[in-house]
Amino acid sequence: MKLDTYAEITWCPGCGNFGILTSVKNAINELIKEGIPKEKFVIASGIGCHAKIVDYINVNSFYSIHGRVPPTLTGIKLANKDLVAIGFVGDGDIYDEGISHLIHAAKRNTDITIVVHDNGVFALTTGQFTATSPKGFKGKSTPKGSIENPLNPIKLMLVSGATFVARGYAGKPEHLKELIKKAVKHKGFSFVDVLQPCVAFNNTYNFYNKKVYDLNAEGHDTSNFEQAMKKADEKEKIPIGIFYETQAQVFEDHFN
Amino acid sequence: MKTITIGGKAGDGIKAAGKLFANILSQLGYYVFVLDDYPSLITGGHNFNKISFDKKPIFSHYKETDVLIALDKKTIDKHKKELKKNGIILYDSNSFSYKGAIGIPAQDFVKEVGGIKIMRNVALLGALSYALGIDFKIVKSVLKKVYPEKADKNIVIAQKGYTFAKENVKQILRLKKIGKPKEVMSGNTAIAYGAVRAGLDIYIAYPMTPATSILHYLAKNSQKFKLKVVQPENEISVINMALGSAYAGAKTMIGTSGGGFALMNEALSLAGMSETPIVIVECQRPGPSTGVPTYTSQADLNFVLNAGHGEFPKVVIAPGTNEQAYYKSAEALYLAWKYQVPVILLSDKHLSESLKTFEVKNLKKVKIKTSNGGKNYKRYLITKDGVSPIAFPGTKDSVVKASSYEHDEFGITTEEPEVVKKMQQKRLRKMKAIEKEVEKLEAVKVYGKGKNVIVTWGSSIGAVLEAAKGLKNVKIVQIIYMLPFPKKSVEKHLKNAKKIVCVEANATGQLANLIKLNTGIEIKNKILKYDSREFEPIELLNELKRWLK
Repeated sequence: MKLDTYAEITWCPGCGNFGILTSVKNAINELIKEGIPKEKFVIASGIGCHAKIVDYINVNSFYSIHGRVPPTLTGIKLANKDLVAIGFVGDGDIYDEGISHLIHAAKRNTDITIVVHDNGVFALTTGQFTATSPKGFKGKSTPKGSIENPLNPIKLMLVSGATFVARGYAGKPEHLKELIKKAVKHKGFSFVDVLQPCVAFNNTYNFYNKKVYDLNAEGHDTSNFEQAMKKADEKEKIPIGIFYETQAQVFEDHFN
Repeated sequence: MKTITIGGKAGDGIKAAGKLFANILSQLGYYVFVLDDYPSLITGGHNFNKISFDKKPIFSHYKETDVLIALDKKTIDKHKKELKKNGIILYDSNSFSYKGAIGIPAQDFVKEVGGIKIMRNVALLGALSYALGIDFKIVKSVLKKVYPEKADKNIVIAQKGYTFAKENVKQILRLKKIGKPKEVMSGNTAIAYGAVRAGLDIYIAYPMTPATSILHYLAKNSQKFKLKVVQPENEISVINMALGSAYAGAKTMIGTSGGGFALMNEALSLAGMSETPIVIVECQRPGPSTGVPTYTSQADLNFVLNAGHGEFPKVVIAPGTNEQAYYKSAEALYLAWKYQVPVILLSDKHLSESLKTFEVKNLKKVKIKTSNGGKNYKRYLITKDGVSPIAFPGTKDSVVKASSYEHDEFGITTEEPEVVKKMQQKRLRKMKAIEKEVEKLEAVKVYGKGKNVIVTWGSSIGAVLEAAKGLKNVKIVQIIYMLPFPKKSVEKHLKNAKKIVCVEANATGQLANLIKLNTGIEIKNKILKYDSREFEPIELLNELKRWLK
């Protein structure tokens, strides 16, 4: 099924968002084939380059505001828990502006999927450091380099109670598609941090191409919380795949 | 009209005593009004309430008191001067002694039945009931109704107070049953109740005085009302969650006070742009900032009228009594969904938390025409009145796209100036349609006839109505709709007035300014109260007399 809209895609050529868009469209298409009616899908986005994705996919969508995607999706599920809710957020969007919402959505175990377009930079505002920019990151607001240490989103989500924690890479769209499908199918709060190169302000293609490896291909036990925390600390090589997965009661199921 | 004052420390059950006694009086068929006055602390301090009652409808408490009930000495020290000439003081003589007041060994009565200290209030209410000549059967039935699980001990304690009073207190009144039992309700409960009756599906709020009791009431009754009640991490989450649920088809209301509403402004604008229906209850308290959190004010009028960046249609309704709160809450839900706009229901502590007799009619559920969508569905279809057919995600063969960005009819982002202009016009056309609709609603309420006019709004109407009982040749104009402003109606009632006085609880005369802005009529005479306390009828009457003489 073609999921395109008539909107003109305005991302920079080579942007990591293209890989994510392809993965998401393929994932939704396969899920439709597997039996989820198309009208059940609702996607939402924050504000930033990532957020344009809702204009490019022809399913129900709520183009929300900066940082607020988790409560928007939680509300959607509260009203109608049969809907399949997928949120697209940026690193500045969700690790800076909306971090409290992300933590609380994980804590509630709302049955939503959050896909973070994590490019380590505020791109649409032309290049400032975010919560995941490395220390020393030279942006327009930090000409001498950022003085702050970055967050570790995987660890943050693990300790916040997320029941599905994964990392993908925009440069590996087939792997990312499978991750998104699993995240959507997981009943509970699913979190997928996607390493996303930004060709304009933080081009990390070469860096990630050299460093990423599939942790699930190496026998990682996704039911082991401690091991997931250890894997989240790895820096020399960067693990992608599912870090942790568990089952818990879903927030909206508590209501009649 | 008579008044009872009950005072003590926070934790002494002062609020509960006021509610209980208001229920006893309304059981007899009396009309009541209860002011609940408490500082921002949990234990200690000084809490009191004023229960005023009458055979005819009553809209405010009065300061002057017939009976003072004191659970601590501070209550007598603070309120003795409010006692009427033949007034009496009843107090717990196990806690302190006071010359010239009637001691009731309340603590002893509680101990005798193995009760807890807070039950002293019931012992004193027993004595009070005797002093007012109320049949104990009434007291008993109300206790059973209010405390279904712990009625037994309370009844024995009340009986002991009652019996003790028989021998030690002279009856000052003989209150007999004068009519059918009446309901007593706070403004917040009325807001909640009205919304539920109109078909509310979800209530979302972060605790903030004086809006919190809506959250408490609806959480407690969520099963009964088939309602989902959620307390998220902050007010920003509250409103965004509500916009999500409304987008997915659930009638949603949220509640807060000024500070919380400030946090919601970003998403209020989102509601305007995405045309998502939402009802926001804003219960005012004195600012700026944290201000005086547990007291009252009407200083957020300008704020709510101007809230949200950009230009978009919205509605602001300010009920003044609990009955109006009930009807207007339902109306807010109706307008929000019919026109797909944010509607702000503006209350204040005095309306939200005071109790009053409540006489209303049943409400009908809000019914809104929804769209069946279809392959060519456009969420933002341009129409004559600006209202686009609303469909929800999950509708077969439909794609429902909502957006914070400027968008085309389908919902895709646009930056084309022609489209931007068309969509802005489309949204603003809804305001014209709302204006027409509001003309048919009670946007202004007029009481009495006269050449002199008192203009007021919100909870201040209560004291104004009571004060006006002592005035002749005076018309009261209560403005209920602030946006759209009922210009024609206000003009009609004000233009031929001999003198106009505006009564409101803020320091700058925000309603008077709004009237001037909309009608050109300048009101020079303003009675403004901004000491964080509500108007009191006798004090207000004295001021009004000075202005109107």
